[in-house]
Amino acid sequence: MNSLLELQNVTKIYGGGLFSRSRTLALDNVSFAIPSESPQITAIAGESGSGKTTMARVLLGVVAPTEGKVLFKGQDVAGMTRKQRREFRREVQPVFQDPFEVYNPFYKVDHVLTTPIKKFRMAGTKREAQRIIEDALELVGLRPDETLGRFPHQLSGGQRQRVMVARALLLKPSVILADEPVSMVDASLRATILDSIRNLNRELGIAILYITHDLTTAYQISDNIMVLYRGSVVEAGSVERVIKHPQHPYTRLLVESIPQPDPDKRWGAETTVSNTIGIAPGATTCKFVDRCLAAMPMCAEAVPGFYRIDPDRGALCFLYADSPELTSTEIATVLQRDADSHEPVATGAE
Amino acid sequence: MTSHSPFARPLTDSAAGGVLKVVDLRVYYDTPEGVVKAVDGVTFSLRRGERLALVGESGCGKTTLAMALMRLTKEPGHITGGAIWLDGTDLLDLSEEEMRNTRLSKIALIPQGAMNSLNPVMRVKGQIIDGISAHDGSAEKAEMNSRVAELLSNVGLSNDVAQMYPHELSGGMKQRVAMAIATALAPQVIVADEPTSALDVVVQRHIMVTLGQLQEGIDASIILVGHDMGLVAQFAHTVGVMYAGKLVELAPVGQIFKNPQHPYTRLLIESLPSLEEKRDFQGIPGLPPPLIDLPRGCPFADRCPSVMDVCRVEDPVFHAQGERQFVACHLYPEDVAS
Repeated sequence: MNSLLELQNVTKIYGGGLFSRSRTLALDNVSFAIPSESPQITAIAGESGSGKTTMARVLLGVVAPTEGKVLFKGQDVAGMTRKQRREFRREVQPVFQDPFEVYNPFYKVDHVLTTPIKKFRMAGTKREAQRIIEDALELVGLRPDETLGRFPHQLSGGQRQRVMVARALLLKPSVILADEPVSMVDASLRATILDSIRNLNRELGIAILYITHDLTTAYQISDNIMVLYRGSVVEAGSVERVIKHPQHPYTRLLVESIPQPDPDKRWGAETTVSNTIGIAPGATTCKFVDRCLAAMPMCAEAVPGFYRIDPDRGALCFLYADSPELTSTEIATVLQRDADSHEPVATGAE
Repeated sequence: MTSHSPFARPLTDSAAGGVLKVVDLRVYYDTPEGVVKAVDGVTFSLRRGERLALVGESGCGKTTLAMALMRLTKEPGHITGGAIWLDGTDLLDLSEEEMRNTRLSKIALIPQGAMNSLNPVMRVKGQIIDGISAHDGSAEKAEMNSRVAELLSNVGLSNDVAQMYPHELSGGMKQRVAMAIATALAPQVIVADEPTSALDVVVQRHIMVTLGQLQEGIDASIILVGHDMGLVAQFAHTVGVMYAGKLVELAPVGQIFKNPQHPYTRLLIESLPSLEEKRDFQGIPGLPPPLIDLPRGCPFADRCPSVMDVCRVEDPVFHAQGERQFVACHLYPEDVAS
């Protein structure tokens, strides 16, 4: 398998220096890969503190992993030459959460679009630059004449966020990493932004990493999902399986906690307990042991492996210890699916 | 909370049935560019024990309305008209001093980002007592301590929290402390402005369940301001949909989600992504109008798929449409009264 962007056993620890008392394990031996063929939309879901933003930073190359490697097209990002690094920076484009903070209010929105074109020499002439910008804006559903020449405050949050997606597009990236792109915009505008992100994947073949805490939108636009808990991938696989039939007790808790916009579908019964077995999670236990309803004695004694429950889904939980265990580099294989199988998952076949 | 709580208010049903009655409330902001009509003629009433959710896009006036109910509108905003009847008194007639006595004891606020509203250099206990003693300075120290312990246990916190500073608490715990403070004097109305907007879904569910229990325990009514329609569907009895400073629809929660009348409500509900099935979900095209110099007619006319000629010339009247459902839209004739 040729991977486009890959994490190999990445661990990130913050703090722990000479004078700092506490070390924070933000990512704990995480491995995954997005294939270069059949680019997909992969959601990275988790709550605050799960490590999803650290993962984004590591993937963008702005934070170096404490252990492990980030590979882009097979090349270790840490060992890249200046030229390779520049190429990496162009091909992996971020879209950030806050569509208000990324703009300088004194510049027209044109500024955020012309700067990357100049920086990466994407156009030979002004006219060509203008054409590239207009094309990118139209691809995200904005009308250039209604967008260019305006100041950021004259656009809505949704428009501003779509300009950021257009900015990413200008550089013809192969991966767009969108970190909570819709959490700060209104529900009525969310759909349009997500729709334009989905179109980039379907029409331009750009691989999307959608980092979010919102499982509902993750379900709507993604092919695959990875659920993070305290720095570990606890469940990964096709979004149909993971969201519709969650298997890890943590994923179940998350899915059941989603307030559904339907008064007839009440929140499920409480499924969490605090410290059932009176054991704090540590380096030699399951990380979810203190909140898990299904906790067993062994969960407090050893770290569970990642078991393949279905061909296209696995979970880090002893409940599934009868299923084949995957090594960390094999975890990515539960995310691999055929390019044209966007239908609901087939069962059983492997 | 149980009904034998020492500080639960004795149940006295007001004759009118409504605890809070808001009539034609207007909150305008004076800006150099002109007058911004942030809340423009809002009318509704709240029954005892009712949970009303106010929803709408950012800038629709829902937070402005919530702050006006507390009479906490800040400059350059002014309450320029209307009435807020609480317990037989128009809050707008009260002096500043009287209003200060009313806040917390009769109508209490759980502010937006409540976790950041706590005083960082004061222990939790002190912050809870602060609110109580401002209204009832006579309480004995021992009595205060037991009150604090009970209030904390009502919101699911142990008494150890009383001695802690806010930075020692998680976001969810701080939110619980804010709820303990808001319910300390058993107010008749609790105004909760986006109480869980920065919290994770699991914590969010716990907080909302706790808030519901608290509210039922003191038999208060609640106004929940929020934009998370999922949360609203789970929590509210009644939903008020605001658009451009106006209440455009008010109905029982089931009606809003299953049988919305106003085209804006309908589009809002349709734009919600679902966990049930993957489908192409659509936003609402266009943007809300600027609130300065609103043209005559319906503020939603420019985005409305059912727009008619009359919508651009005449303001729709907010009127009853069937039982307990109200709508401001020309599609619905006014004579269908309840």
